[in-house]
Amino acid sequence: MLDQRHPVPDRNREVIISARGVEVGFGEKTILKGLDLDVYRGEILGFVGASGQGKSVLTRTILGLVPKRAGTIEVLGQNLDEVSPSERRLLERRWGVLFQQGALFSALTVKQNVQVPMREYLNLSDRLLDELAMLKIEMVGLKPDAADKLPSELSGGMIKRAALARALALDPDILFLDEPTSGLDPIGAGEFDELIATLQRTLGLTVFMVTHDLDSLYTVCDRIAALGEGKILAEGPIETLLASDNPWLRSYFHGKRARAAMASGA
Amino acid sequence: MAQSILAQEPQVKIERAGDRVTAKLAGHWTAEHAEMVEPLAGEIAAEAGQHHVILDLAGVGRIDTLGAWVLDRTRHELGERGLGADFTHASPEQQILLNEVAYRGFQEQPTVRRSKAVDFLVDVGKSVAGAGRDLVDGVAFLGELASAIVRVVTHPRRFRGTAVVNQLEQIAYRSVPIIVLISFLVGCIVAQQSIFQLQRFGATPFVVDLIGILVLRELALLLTSIMVSGRSGSAFTAEIGSMKMREEIDALRVMGLDPIEVLIVPRILALVIGLPLLTFISSIAALSGGGITAWLYGDVSPDVFLSRLRAAVGMNTFLVGLFKAPFMALIIGIIATLEGLAVEGSAESLGRHVTSSVVKAIFMVIVLDGLFAMFFAAIRY
Repeated sequence: MLDQRHPVPDRNREVIISARGVEVGFGEKTILKGLDLDVYRGEILGFVGASGQGKSVLTRTILGLVPKRAGTIEVLGQNLDEVSPSERRLLERRWGVLFQQGALFSALTVKQNVQVPMREYLNLSDRLLDELAMLKIEMVGLKPDAADKLPSELSGGMIKRAALARALALDPDILFLDEPTSGLDPIGAGEFDELIATLQRTLGLTVFMVTHDLDSLYTVCDRIAALGEGKILAEGPIETLLASDNPWLRSYFHGKRARAAMASGA
Repeated sequence: MAQSILAQEPQVKIERAGDRVTAKLAGHWTAEHAEMVEPLAGEIAAEAGQHHVILDLAGVGRIDTLGAWVLDRTRHELGERGLGADFTHASPEQQILLNEVAYRGFQEQPTVRRSKAVDFLVDVGKSVAGAGRDLVDGVAFLGELASAIVRVVTHPRRFRGTAVVNQLEQIAYRSVPIIVLISFLVGCIVAQQSIFQLQRFGATPFVVDLIGILVLRELALLLTSIMVSGRSGSAFTAEIGSMKMREEIDALRVMGLDPIEVLIVPRILALVIGLPLLTFISSIAALSGGGITAWLYGDVSPDVFLSRLRAAVGMNTFLVGLFKAPFMALIIGIIATLEGLAVEGSAESLGRHVTSSVVKAIFMVIVLDGLFAMFFAAIRY
């Protein structure tokens, strides 16, 4: 897998998401304190940090679900504070989001879930709509008979896959994954990582992945950003983070579990 | 700007050379242009005639799964006509995508032909069977509830007094204002209409008898029951239903707690205690409304109203109304609980069950009231 990694990021690569001085807080508490982060086109960025440090908050801020107090966020070259509502809708078509719990619409079947964004945004014939939904469902590794099941009838792994199929419905440029492998068994998690890497290669996606899974960090992420104290502590390929002398990063990447992951990943 | 958009639109140029047709594709074959991609692909298939087709991707700017799928589908369809088609000048990324989507037919769901008459009969049959099942479930649940109450009574330490008091506050205390208000207004309206009719016979003072008996026997109870099933019955169903969705009921069970004892007995007890109290309050409010209206419209002064009321209404009338209240409470509680426990995984299912909880409860309250009316008429009470 190592050879698929991109070289050390350089400033010539196209920046697809750029956050500058982002500050987010709730009430008295400030979670993100002037955070800067770049995501480059075509990479898989792993985003790590201790629980409660604001990984999900940053994701939700980029997606516009949480208001920020200061700073700018640019996605695909457009400042999110300055875009008009119609430009924003165009932008939202170009990202897909996999929520931690899947967030599938519980009243719709898997196929209907995948078709929701397609129906909303695209003008497709019924035949093509069905075929594309089935294509996405197969691409994420679900069996065709899962298409007509309701989310309540699916296992945890299948829910993640179905939610991924929905996130991919509009062929997005950017894919946000919030802890994609949490709640999956190690084999399932490994398969899911593979799946993300394959899809990233075939569809040319940029992937922003919030994760705690050290195996994912080792196997699929091109670059890793670590969040702590409201800022980015370190970013770069895994070697850079391994070499960091930040205490939290040291215990994160050199703990018992990390050594096991390194042994199996390397 | 206009030009660049034009350049992005998918385009096809058909070139014929000997027995080959070359379709030169250009522009963006992506989901944004879905409404153009499909007809263009159809055009290629139509133009092919009886020739081998080359799909030249050299000019294609961007292609996504939709474009790749439609193109590969076209290639496949040409192949089925015995013509054959190939891609050329696909970039490595495009080739990966084309290989990944690789057209395959998905088996179509066989659409079953049905007649409307049969559908209607099936619906009727299902509703009848559903109603029968509801009845059986209701009786079975009544049994479960009774055994839970017996357990609680025999082991008083398992009685959850705090929960009952809390539910009493939610069900009874907090609905006092709204029940007083609607009962007062309904009392006014009934009194006013009765006075208009009775005036024609010169029997205005009888409005007191009419109001007194109607309110105490039927109206106060019906108003209260309907209000409580709308207010508290729906809340029960939603609470129990969402607890079931989130596996909280299972969590109680594995901790060795009986969900019926913990969740349902306190609620139903609170209903059984609260509904008669509310009925009494509702009666008083409706009588006051009736009294004030009788004074304003029928010149029946308050002391005349009170003395006529004492003469017209016996203790039995008052007791009939009160006696029915616990049964209504039981019906509302059982229906609300059963509907809550029937909730499945989806938000839609929760909504459906809350609705049917309220509808069924109101329906059953009215049916039961009718049965009671017949019963009390038969025993002349």
